[in-house]
Amino acid sequence: MTTARKLTMAQAIAEAIGQEMERDPKVFVMGEDIARYGGIFGATGGLIDRFGPERIMDTPISESAFIGTATGAAAEGMRPIVELMFADFFGVCMDQIYNHLAKNTYMSDANVRLPVVLMTAIGGGYGDAAQHSQCLYGLFAHVPGLKVVVPSNAYDAKGLMIQAIRDDNPVMYFFHKGIMGLPWMAYYEGSTTEVPQEAYTIPFGQARVAREGADVTIVALSQMVQKALVAAAELEKEGIRAEVVDLRTLVPLDTDAVLRSVTKTGRLLIADEDYLNFGVTGEIAAQVAERLDRMVLKSPVHRLGVPGVPIPYSRPLEQAVIPQVQDIADACRAMIGANLAKAA
Amino acid sequence: MEPTPERMMWMYENMLLIREYEETMAKVYLEGKLPPNIQKGLAFDIGSGPVPGEMHLAAGQEPVAVGVCAHLRKEDTVVGTHRPHHFAIAKGVPLDRMTAEIFGKSDGLSRGKGGHMHLFDPEHKFSCSGIVGASMPPACGAALAAKKLGKDWVAVAFFGEGAANQGTFHESLNLAGLWKLPVIFVCEDNKWAISVDKDHSTAVRSDADRAGAYGLPGISVGRNDALDVYSAAGEAVERARRGGGATLIEVKTDRYMGHFQGDAEVYRPKGEVGELRKNDPIPGLAGTLRARGLLDAAKDQALRARVHAQVARAFEFARQSAYPQPREALEHVFA
Repeated sequence: MTTARKLTMAQAIAEAIGQEMERDPKVFVMGEDIARYGGIFGATGGLIDRFGPERIMDTPISESAFIGTATGAAAEGMRPIVELMFADFFGVCMDQIYNHLAKNTYMSDANVRLPVVLMTAIGGGYGDAAQHSQCLYGLFAHVPGLKVVVPSNAYDAKGLMIQAIRDDNPVMYFFHKGIMGLPWMAYYEGSTTEVPQEAYTIPFGQARVAREGADVTIVALSQMVQKALVAAAELEKEGIRAEVVDLRTLVPLDTDAVLRSVTKTGRLLIADEDYLNFGVTGEIAAQVAERLDRMVLKSPVHRLGVPGVPIPYSRPLEQAVIPQVQDIADACRAMIGANLAKAA
Repeated sequence: MEPTPERMMWMYENMLLIREYEETMAKVYLEGKLPPNIQKGLAFDIGSGPVPGEMHLAAGQEPVAVGVCAHLRKEDTVVGTHRPHHFAIAKGVPLDRMTAEIFGKSDGLSRGKGGHMHLFDPEHKFSCSGIVGASMPPACGAALAAKKLGKDWVAVAFFGEGAANQGTFHESLNLAGLWKLPVIFVCEDNKWAISVDKDHSTAVRSDADRAGAYGLPGISVGRNDALDVYSAAGEAVERARRGGGATLIEVKTDRYMGHFQGDAEVYRPKGEVGELRKNDPIPGLAGTLRARGLLDAAKDQALRARVHAQVARAFEFARQSAYPQPREALEHVFA
């Protein structure tokens, strides 16, 4: 009989990695401050004591080198997990990621397999400014060849991480700092959940209906799922029943889950913390737009995201550009009041 | 190279100013971040209080900033790091506007858009960023511009020993060597890249030795001493000004506080900081100044009082300044 206990998302990720490392000696971890420190955001907490420095390897600040090293080691049959401390730092090593890790499988007609998990911290809202607050999963979903995983809670985080480690393909795994459950950063407590002791997987490309509703669909991922749930609880009191669809993965994308929900509610709000332009919200909206012959929309699609500006430092500015619970609730209210056909 | 008495006093006073600033910031940073008025169960909330986000303080590293900046003019460029306050202060960035920026206020250098790691003061040719290793290429650029404009201006890139393993270090040094750029690369070796010490990050003992790989002279400053830094920097600045090209200087300095404020530093040997503080460069320089008859107890007290008042004024200015309007968040993506 398995017992469930509550874990923070950080603990769930570390547990997933630890269990897979026990099962498979080919799994090892590289990254900055992941050993003694346990990862700046706790993703490798406690692992150095169990597995030692041979398998939990602190690296120099040389991302191109060690992320490329993960690619090379994977091609030799190892199963590296490599941490990029903040997603914002991808710039220093992007070539190794998008031209090699992402493309070698295709360019070799799948003769080369690269079982790499590249995990990284995302998200803002705590005053870390333009170079330490981004999400950027949209950018990586845009480039072919990378699976993109974005958990919103501890239960999903563990299952998705184990799935990622067992996948023979490169998986980018994005954990939002504001739902890791860290003791030094305010977080949405909905992200801390019961997590089964045993190892389990969650398939990629399978979204989760986090809350059922009939009036409006809110598609979200990462911390935005937690914000959407708070907004939905508030809207419930006004008689607005919002359905929250947690995408869980962008690549592969569970388009059917989105379509099912929008067909039911007729109203779509896509709430994202990544940049609004040329990203996740546009992709979801386009997927729906391509199938308008199959459903009836009661209001135009509505998108929330960071509006084409770098994340500002000052608190009132930052709060204004990152979609908040109130923005989600207000958007839903506006959509309930709107009509597709204009009155004469 | 011997500094004039005036330069020595300038360095001493600026070290006092930097230390007072960082110690004040360490206290102010904690405002609003501790229980009971934060989320239940948290020990600390990084996003709360008047100075949210990360904070990287340079107490202990003052000699590097003052020893180099003592040679610089207003037109010379300094590009700093995520731990920028000592460089900004030594370069002459106005304390009040810098502090207002760190508080995210409308009187800040960037009206609150940048914050502590992104301080821009074009008037004093100062900038910094939060990406490790990012200071070096722009410093090369400032140096290149000076060359094209026919000026004897120089540029300084500050970075840590951790950054010396980043690609930009190697590319920038090669480029500076190849194009004979008037840039000075100054490596602050405080031994720690967050939790990883130099022995576990770097394949060589001395970063100064790496200069030869790029055809550049390398100078090693083995003590956290303002006058030693002054001497090395003087040589490098003079070389750059007369068209002799770039230099790499490595300074062994000491980081007294955590990588960021709130860092429990569990990775750091107990007692290490206490030991380092025994060689505090501020009393060190004070001793030298006293020996030369440039400083006595009364003068020291007066200097400290002046510096204390300056810092207090800057923080008060920041507190009094208004926050920017939310709609400003959409402004000035483009000029």
